[in-house]
Amino acid sequence: MTAFSIDWRQVLRHYLQVVAFCFAIAAINTAIWPDKGYGRQLGYSLLIGSLVWGVIEFGRYPLRRPDDPGGWPQGWRRVALTAAGIVLGFAVGSTLGDMLFNDGNATLMRIDRESRVGWLITVAAGIAGSYFFYSRGHRAALAARVSAAERDASEARLKLLESQLEPHMLFNTLANLRVLIGLDPARAVAMLDRLDNYLRATLAGARALLHPLEAEFERLGDYLALMEVRMGDRLRYSLELPPEARRLQIPPLLLQPLVENSIRHGLEPKVEGGEIQVRATIGATDGSTKPALLLEVLDTGIGLPAADAPAPAPLAAGDAAPGGFGLTHVQERLATVYGSAARFTLRPRPGGGTAAQIHIPLENA
Amino acid sequence: MNATALIAEDEPLLAQALRMELQAAWPDLQVLATVADGHSAVREALARLPQVLFLDIRMPGLDGLGAAMELADRWPVDEAPMPQLVFVTAYDEYAVRAFEAQAIDYVRKPVQPERLRKTIARVQQALGNQAVQQASPAHTPTPGADASLEHMLAQWRRVIDAAGATGGAQAAAPGSPPLKFIAASDAGGQTVRMVPVADVLYFEAADKYVRVLTATQEHLIRTPLKQLLPQLDPQAFWQVHRAVVVRSDAIEVVQRDESGRLFLRLRGRPEKLTVSRLYAHLFKAM
Repeated sequence: MTAFSIDWRQVLRHYLQVVAFCFAIAAINTAIWPDKGYGRQLGYSLLIGSLVWGVIEFGRYPLRRPDDPGGWPQGWRRVALTAAGIVLGFAVGSTLGDMLFNDGNATLMRIDRESRVGWLITVAAGIAGSYFFYSRGHRAALAARVSAAERDASEARLKLLESQLEPHMLFNTLANLRVLIGLDPARAVAMLDRLDNYLRATLAGARALLHPLEAEFERLGDYLALMEVRMGDRLRYSLELPPEARRLQIPPLLLQPLVENSIRHGLEPKVEGGEIQVRATIGATDGSTKPALLLEVLDTGIGLPAADAPAPAPLAAGDAAPGGFGLTHVQERLATVYGSAARFTLRPRPGGGTAAQIHIPLENA
Repeated sequence: MNATALIAEDEPLLAQALRMELQAAWPDLQVLATVADGHSAVREALARLPQVLFLDIRMPGLDGLGAAMELADRWPVDEAPMPQLVFVTAYDEYAVRAFEAQAIDYVRKPVQPERLRKTIARVQQALGNQAVQQASPAHTPTPGADASLEHMLAQWRRVIDAAGATGGAQAAAPGSPPLKFIAASDAGGQTVRMVPVADVLYFEAADKYVRVLTATQEHLIRTPLKQLLPQLDPQAFWQVHRAVVVRSDAIEVVQRDESGRLFLRLRGRPEKLTVSRLYAHLFKAM
């Protein structure tokens, strides 16, 4: 049973609106049957109106679905509740009214024109009132959902940016930069320029849909140069981009996560470090006749976990696991832009290390 | 004052910077060796017995934490007092918070002279106290050595716990209930067994996996111990060694062997599990 809390202020507001409505109905009734007097009409109206409203207002809480935005039960339940409210309200309200104003003579069971009209007015008023409150509530709930979704979207964007900027990487780089300023100012300046380019590319890259391959390679060059300062001779790298591939358009940040993973999971844990090769090749690969673009990130690191290893540990927040956020991101991007035409594989290399390969058919690039 | 130190830092520029800053702030400190990974740190520290250790937390192979825990057990306490332990940390808000909460000194990357001076002052004072203790006429080898060893072990424990908070702090949401089940997949990865934590007698870290042992079975999981530990009820499970976490109420007996090493046996399992010096304090007779 879902716990529900009742917003009493809202309930009071609704009731006051109902009361106003009852006054209006009473006025209409008096206009139709002037002999009964406004006071009496008002009395009946308030009794019936209050009860109809009461049944519907409090009846909807146990009946609504937990995720319902308007707080109203859906479908047949809503109709049934409204109907029940009207019937009960009219029945009990009229009886009470009769006891108070008509000395106990029942008006309910009379099947004359007056009571039929009375019923009709109650039904019409009940439906109108219910609809009025329902649509108000629904609109408010929808507005709340929209602003919640907007908040989620900005939060997600912020998280993406934060993970791309990688505070750990940034502060370690700055630490090294600080040392270089004293030791080797020329090299410090060069490093600062690299960092500048890298940050610009990070902040811009998140938005663009496609960018030329040479821009991606340039960014990788900046990143690897920065990592090289930190890792010393534990990191050796090479970037191979043939001239005919330079202008090809690919989604940004496709290779970046692969290179990061290579370093973080392949080279960093290895005491002597290793080598990374980033390569772009155009050709007919995999026996197909269509030309394709093959992007590879090859490393000589500690390699992938063994095939018979137990399933990977669940990710702790902030912990980067092999095949974590970066790689799913790559797969998602490929799927979004190329559908099933592009392929991404992660394989161990025969001599040790890992090979990450992205295969994109050329007419899409 | 004269003293010797070992630096373990994998980023060559930062190691150089630390050496230079130490040279400026503490000229009489002799850096015996600079290494770039945890195993080398252990090896060199045991070979040269420095008085101060500057350990980077993140290093390839064995990290700073692992190196410290291994050294705690392998340090020849009869030959030399345990060194002062100072961790070196980069941007890591959890670590910094943990260190500050314990009022433990740490050295931050990039090294800032002001902070380093404070750390050096503390280290010098501690070394001074140690020297006084050993030189005092009232000092008798066994009880005095034990007391100062206990003190050092307690200090190391605090520093290691604070440094360990880097990974652990993020693993469990504060106030979340302890883990009830361990999900362990079998070798083929096709089945996942839900092992009730209530059945687990101990966890042992082995290479890349952690062994989960009940009275009758053994399972393997990949969650590292430091990530698992914060999710377990600290009253029910005790860490007794870098690689071992045992169910406290399953401990049958704790014994010392001929070489003075502490080990324990659990009810329902035949193995003898080594207890690290760092955690021997849990088993002091009442």
